[in-house]
Amino acid sequence: MGLDIRLPIGIIFTIYGVMLIIYSLVADPAIFVSSLGVNIDLWWGVAMLVFGMIMGILAFRASHRGGT
Amino acid sequence: MHLHFVDYLIIAIYFLFVLGIGFALRGRMKTSDDFFLSGRSIPGWITGLAFMSANLGALEVMGHAANAAKYGMFVNHFYWLAAMPAMCFVGVFMMPFYYGSKVRSVPEYLRKRYDEKTRTLNALCFAVMTLLVSGIDLYAMAILFQRLLHWPFGASVVASAAVVAIYIYLGGLTSSIYNEVLQFFLIVFGFLPLAILGLKAVGGFAGLKAKLPNAGYAHTWANIWHASQNPMGINWFGTIFGLGFVLSFGYWCTDFLVVQRGLAAKDMPAAQRTPLIAAVPKMFFPLMVVLPGLVAIALDPSLTKYLNGRYDNALPAMLGKFYPSGLLGIGLTALMASFMSGMAGNVTAFNTVWTFDIYQTHVNPGKPDTHYLKMGRLATVFGVAVGIATAFIVLRFNNLMDYLQLLFAFFNAPLFGTFLLGMFWKRTTAHSGFWGLLCGILAAATHYSLYRYHAIVYPTDMAANFYQAIYAFSVCVVVTLVVTLFTEPRKEDELVGLVYSLTPKPRNQDLPWYERPGILAIGILALCAVLNIIFW
Repeated sequence: MGLDIRLPIGIIFTIYGVMLIIYSLVADPAIFVSSLGVNIDLWWGVAMLVFGMIMGILAFRASHRGGT
Repeated sequence: MHLHFVDYLIIAIYFLFVLGIGFALRGRMKTSDDFFLSGRSIPGWITGLAFMSANLGALEVMGHAANAAKYGMFVNHFYWLAAMPAMCFVGVFMMPFYYGSKVRSVPEYLRKRYDEKTRTLNALCFAVMTLLVSGIDLYAMAILFQRLLHWPFGASVVASAAVVAIYIYLGGLTSSIYNEVLQFFLIVFGFLPLAILGLKAVGGFAGLKAKLPNAGYAHTWANIWHASQNPMGINWFGTIFGLGFVLSFGYWCTDFLVVQRGLAAKDMPAAQRTPLIAAVPKMFFPLMVVLPGLVAIALDPSLTKYLNGRYDNALPAMLGKFYPSGLLGIGLTALMASFMSGMAGNVTAFNTVWTFDIYQTHVNPGKPDTHYLKMGRLATVFGVAVGIATAFIVLRFNNLMDYLQLLFAFFNAPLFGTFLLGMFWKRTTAHSGFWGLLCGILAAATHYSLYRYHAIVYPTDMAANFYQAIYAFSVCVVVTLVVTLFTEPRKEDELVGLVYSLTPKPRNQDLPWYERPGILAIGILALCAVLNIIFW
């Protein structure tokens, strides 16, 4: 249908990943008491960023091959 | 729950993307087939995830977490006993008829197999049911808005409804399906950390078991043999036949909300794979829904610490307890994504059934295609408006899951009887379908009145729903059989492509093994059996 859904998914997860990583580094570490002392924003930000990049790369490769 | 700027920003970006997908697809909606069926052009993995996501409404997520807190692991039956076999069945055996007969909706199949009156009865019931269900998602979303942004309930309902209305109005089913795929990934990424943090907090699975208020909470099957032994008050017969067979097959095999996703697939193998691809994440969903519910009850057995006296709060309360700012924004986005995908699924199914099966058939036939495209957009707005009204009805109910299963027991349970006989017995006659369906619905209504006025007593509302489904289905099957014996069967050549024994089987020999529906289904059921044994 023209639009490759992997592209918007890749973009939004990349944005969210970067946002979480930055926030995890600047935020007051006291907020991570609720997540049992784990800096979950950092770890989950990295996970979301990796997923977003994979989706983005898949979409990019598909658009350059001319297929879906 | 304390939100920071970053959380609001995450939620705002989500809304931007959801609307953006609608705008990006706006120009592609040229014919009614584009709008209602996505031009039958979408790959299987996308329709599969959309199939899964359309089912992931508010009740699925918040309702089952609440049920897990209330009834324990018994809730796994909704996934491993109910959904898995039914999803495999619809993919392997029923999708060939839906997709192969080129129908545009489930009621349209009934017209081809039975007659016009059967179709109209089903279309009307379905339209009413869908709108009643869409109100639930809207209600849940509005409650969330109310808590987060402190908007009044009415304004919250209208705002959340408007977003869904806009993206469907612009991009039709394609927009709904694409958003459902995005929403699916957001739901997974939003809820998965909850399972990890929750398990860590209670000391792993062993720690969770020790902290549950009742040892039976940690078992799926062990307490099923007597109604008095399990918290839901249903024995093995009610569970296996009522939930595992009638309600689940009725929902997954005949509810147009999910079937429509398969119809949008690009070819027959993709259509058949749609429910099978959906079954894989569905199988593991208890991890993200049931587990947080169990953690909630383990940490707060008296419901006073986090749950505020209501099981329905289990999931949002756990999000608030474990998620720091940042991840909290992601978790709340996941909740909103689930409400929106559930609501959008209902709205797209409604506008299709309304436009094709009611409007085009009875109100205004024979118009050019663009007229029906316009009507579909109008029906989207109308459907959402009625959804807003039903959100206020839902506000008066206190237990959402019972409300939903009640609707299913009314409409889906007898319909499954009509389908089963129609698809697998060529003798079934045109009149019998109508009378069977009608009597099934009346049987459900009778049973419901008797239960409401305490002429029949069940330990829980859920037990009443399961038995209501069994009665409605049985009455439908018996009436259909009896009427069939006294009426003229249809000519066999009219039923090719509609009845199992008269339809050539889809040829899958040239597909690689991992794309063959039968092999996928066997693999899914085997894996599901293993999960049942592990969590026995």
